[in-house]
Amino acid sequence: MKKQINRLEHDARLNRRKSIRFWFDNRAYVGYEGDTLASGLLANGIHLVGRSFKYHRPRGIYTAGSEEPNALVQLEENAFTEPNRRATEIEIYEGLIAHSQNCWPSRKFDFGALNSWFSRLLPAGFYYKTFMWPTSFWMTYEKYIRKLAGLGRSPTEPDPHFYDKTYAHCDVLIIGGGPAGIEAATAAGQSGCRVILADEKFEFGGMLLSENMLINGIPCHEWIDSKISKLRAMPNVKLLNRTTVTGYYDYNFLVANQRVNEHLGPRVTINSPKERLWKIRAKHVVMATGAIERPMVFADNDRPGIMLASAIRSYINRFSTLPGKNCVILTNNDSAYHAALDIADEGGQVSIIDIRTNPSGSMIESAVSRGIRIIKNHSITGVGYSRGLLRSIEIMELSEDGLNVIGKKEKLLCDLVGISGGWNPTIHLFSQSKGKLKFDQSNHCFLADQPSKNNSVILAGSCQATWFLKDCMQEGHAAGCEAAKRAGFSVDGASDEINTGQIEYGALRPLWILPGSHPIGQGKTKHFHELHNDATVGDIHLAVREGYESVEHLKRYTTTGMGTDQGKTSNLNALVALSEIRNLSIPDLGVTTFRPPYTPLSMGSIVGYDCGELFIQKRKTPIHPWHDQAHAVYEDVGDWKRPRYYSQGKETMHAAVQRECRQVRKTAGLLDASTLGKIDLQGKDTRWLLNMLYTNVWDKLEVGRCRYGLMLNEHGMIFDDGVTTRIAENHYHMTTTTGGAARVMSWIEEWLQTEWPDLEVYATSVTEQWAVASLNGPNAREILQELTDIPLDEESFPFMSMREGQVANIPARVFRISFTGELAYEINVPARHGLALWEQLIEVGRKFDICPYGTESMHVLRAEKGFIIVGQDTDGTVTPMDVGMDWIVSKKKQDFLGKRSFDRTDTSRSDRKQLVGLLTDDPQFILPEGAHVVSEVKSKPPMNMLGHITSSYMSPNIGRSIAIALLKDGFNLKGQTLNVALMNGNSQRVIVTDPVFLNV
Amino acid sequence: MTTSPLWDRPPITGKNILTELSICGKINIRGSINHSRFQSSVNEAFGLDLPLNPNTLVRVDHLTCYWLGPDEWLVHCPIEKLDSMIELGRAKLAKIHHALVDVSDYYTVLRMEGPDSEILLAKSCPLDLHLSNFPVETCAQTRFGNASILLDRRSQGSIFDIQVRWSYAEYVWDYLTKAIQTL
Amino acid sequence: MLLIRCPWCGFRDQSEFQAQGEAHITRPEDPYQLDEEQWGQYLFFRKNPKGVHYERWVHVHGCRRWFNVVRNTMTDDILATYRPEEPIPVLSDEETNQPT
Repeated sequence: MKKQINRLEHDARLNRRKSIRFWFDNRAYVGYEGDTLASGLLANGIHLVGRSFKYHRPRGIYTAGSEEPNALVQLEENAFTEPNRRATEIEIYEGLIAHSQNCWPSRKFDFGALNSWFSRLLPAGFYYKTFMWPTSFWMTYEKYIRKLAGLGRSPTEPDPHFYDKTYAHCDVLIIGGGPAGIEAATAAGQSGCRVILADEKFEFGGMLLSENMLINGIPCHEWIDSKISKLRAMPNVKLLNRTTVTGYYDYNFLVANQRVNEHLGPRVTINSPKERLWKIRAKHVVMATGAIERPMVFADNDRPGIMLASAIRSYINRFSTLPGKNCVILTNNDSAYHAALDIADEGGQVSIIDIRTNPSGSMIESAVSRGIRIIKNHSITGVGYSRGLLRSIEIMELSEDGLNVIGKKEKLLCDLVGISGGWNPTIHLFSQSKGKLKFDQSNHCFLADQPSKNNSVILAGSCQATWFLKDCMQEGHAAGCEAAKRAGFSVDGASDEINTGQIEYGALRPLWILPGSHPIGQGKTKHFHELHNDATVGDIHLAVREGYESVEHLKRYTTTGMGTDQGKTSNLNALVALSEIRNLSIPDLGVTTFRPPYTPLSMGSIVGYDCGELFIQKRKTPIHPWHDQAHAVYEDVGDWKRPRYYSQGKETMHAAVQRECRQVRKTAGLLDASTLGKIDLQGKDTRWLLNMLYTNVWDKLEVGRCRYGLMLNEHGMIFDDGVTTRIAENHYHMTTTTGGAARVMSWIEEWLQTEWPDLEVYATSVTEQWAVASLNGPNAREILQELTDIPLDEESFPFMSMREGQVANIPARVFRISFTGELAYEINVPARHGLALWEQLIEVGRKFDICPYGTESMHVLRAEKGFIIVGQDTDGTVTPMDVGMDWIVSKKKQDFLGKRSFDRTDTSRSDRKQLVGLLTDDPQFILPEGAHVVSEVKSKPPMNMLGHITSSYMSPNIGRSIAIALLKDGFNLKGQTLNVALMNGNSQRVIVTDPVFLNV
Repeated sequence: MTTSPLWDRPPITGKNILTELSICGKINIRGSINHSRFQSSVNEAFGLDLPLNPNTLVRVDHLTCYWLGPDEWLVHCPIEKLDSMIELGRAKLAKIHHALVDVSDYYTVLRMEGPDSEILLAKSCPLDLHLSNFPVETCAQTRFGNASILLDRRSQGSIFDIQVRWSYAEYVWDYLTKAIQTL
Repeated sequence: MLLIRCPWCGFRDQSEFQAQGEAHITRPEDPYQLDEEQWGQYLFFRKNPKGVHYERWVHVHGCRRWFNVVRNTMTDDILATYRPEEPIPVLSDEETNQPT
């Protein structure tokens, strides 16, 4: 086990009493509680953590935060594994296992690094051109590309973790828990309004965690702790650390991902949420999202040991780690001098390469007074790297315009380079929310301009280019007050006295693409502006030469900003390169819009509860417990679980269905029809409404009588059917198909509320009020007679009528209607009695050998009689005439919904697809539903396709297979022999018949 | 023997309690408040004034009346009084366009009770359940996951009654149970 | 995710609602007065503007009332919601101006 060679003396934010052992590429290392994987590795002297996406170049840790483009690792193993996790965000825990990505056989010697030698084959847009010719070779290329493409491995086992998801509401949501955010939360919290403060790091404090300055005379880390403990004491303030706000949508709706228990390790947290997705509706939002340091681009700037200057400060001041002994800071501004001073404070060797010609001011004086060497007006033109570590750099003097280097090369030995090209406000969320951005010439960055009209957002701190701590804190305070005030709370506007000391910064030199010893794109070195996707400034030159010169094209052609880091450190430098090449200003080039999520979300977090048993509701009828006991096999009908058939012993579905169908026609069968949609209609205009909704006439339906009806949409196409019964003078009971229940209810309500508001009709859904047992078969009357006092003889209770009475001592509505063609009663009882009714019917039916049957048998039985199933034999393009149901379409009625469309040219064509029966040559052959019917089978397509099979069964009562099909001009094809093309290349000859197979 | 959607589930007990309440009578009332005698006739029949504001309810003796829509209400009553109430209501409203529909079995009522009840419901209910937005003795028709629900905050504050359709009850129950187990 | 004011229940999350397409399409009094093209207009043709759009929504998980929404399809700003019987709201020039 290695010693932590880069660990410093002071505690910083670590708990030095708690050592933690973790594993990287099968080697054990020790860090402390409070370390990230990145800081733990750096403390142990490990810089090389993986290989790059395209060229498999060795890569190290580049940042200390969520903007990390490089240090992506495979976290954990087997079912717990996750690819592309940023080492800079993973908190270490005992036993953590991580692996480098994109390396084979090892990260130090990687086979794919050969790509680097053949990099001319992998230029920008290489996906689009290298492998395009000849086309037939794609199959060969694809394997190679698949192997190259993507980083990491997806887990192959189900994720054992639980992911939570919740809604939340607040008056003020503050994004970012740095100094501005803390001040905003304090101000808003004191007003009494509901506040959520969210920060992506596991500790609040933001950039202050990487500082060592004093605030009001106390160390800034102590200031954070006391502020946070005061916020924790406020019951109206919710503090969410480890919580990244990843999306900002309309009307202040934001999505945040909280890594609740991940830091405890995967195995401990199986029963508590690993992550929680917050769906937050905030009245007002304060964005205190800070800024991300902007790199400079130079020759071979991607080598391990090169990182942002601010990251070095984080590792020193937060993680007590100095990632090198001999350091160089490369900067175009003053802020990076802090890093140099910190390094010197910790006893490290440091020199500064300042690309400015004559930097001056207090920062420079501080550095000089500490004896730090400042090399002015120089560029890095080469990087010496070997065996996992940075060894040296080469520098040369810059020409006056900064576009070339002059003079002699100088070699500096060093093992760490910190870069700073200034700061970039983090305005991704603002842009996501459709806020407009503007380019700020003095700060050389994009800033928030106009927020979207339907969001209420205030920015505070460095996310709007406010660079001094005191100003950030004052802005935070003001933003918190303002947001609370907008939410209707009164605030005490006075803020505490803040003393942070004041430093004067000089101007930066607006140069980010530093010249190398060869023109960019030539020679052996590469200028990477985009580390995540391995895109170079040379690629930008190439893209422009090939005509991809707009920002949107450039982005896609070079894949700049399209990695999982969304180009947080690369987008602006790409724009700079493009603006230099095209000689246009950045505002003239424009910027691409940022899209959610700000950082990647795990699939688990998005899914939350909505998987497994809770993926979709499983609607069950009151009789379901009986079905379970009777070994029902279920079918999904809408969200309902309906028994498809009841399996006896080792019976197959086919055998069970044949048995059930025979039994129903022989003696009696019982079907759970509770799922049918039911609508109670009351009011004197109900009859008028029924006349509009259905194709037939409802004027003469007497009380106690039932009628079948077909419902059309305004296109004249069938969309539902069912039986409606007149319960009383102005009271009707409508039934719909199971799947169409909600649609029909909505259809009726919409007409009533919007088109015919003066109609006196009230519609109430009663689907689940009633449990329905459908008793079918020649012995139905005998069975029912034993349980009811309702007279059942033909005269007192004829077909298509309804009687109310007691069945099995339960108040019931009994409908004499039939979907099997047999004598049948649909017995409706209040749902709570459904199970009891069913059990008694089965009990009494036993001596008649009653058979419970499922939906599959129901389908066969109705098909034998030629009854259609809406949604199976129709598909929304079928008129009543197409299915041969002209008999139900009233000629008398002036108008009903859909009627006018019958006269449309297309609807009145005579050769439309029409419903017919099909009988196969081989009576034992069951045609597959959906198969195509053709006039003549040819050896290969195209063939003259006439239509398709909608229903197909083996009918035990006819003793052969039957099928229903929708065929072009089908009515005229009756008696003809056609063919059905089968998947296996064979075909089956069929004769076209009437779709009614069983006439009794 | 009668059953309910969750008749075979024992209550979830502990710090937070989830139970299915035993059945009560439920009458869906439709009618127009623009009709001069509609409200008074309902009052004559049931002895209560219909709540006229959205998201409100009225409790009188053993009855609770919820606002469901501008012409729609729901009355909860003891199940044994249901038939006589509907009969009386139909008699009193005979001359007025109305509908009284028995929906006692259509819905069941789950009770979520305990210090975390608000947090648990917020898992899948988009409504702001904070007391300042959803005070005691108010109600709202909203959503829990895929289920439409009628939510009613009882006077104790941490007790919520969730009215849900029979066939969605198991889904809501299982969802809340999972949420309770993983708090 | 929009926040929609149901004219009855007040502001509610978008997920409680269903969009039902363009508003103010009235069913012709006598469909047979319309020729095929006019009937086709009623059946199939919708405005689908980039900008201000009058839409019909239903509070499906709430009071189950249909109502109208004026929404800018570019910005998703909701300019007004109103009941079916209420008049079409008069919008200011600023409101109807389409942002570019």
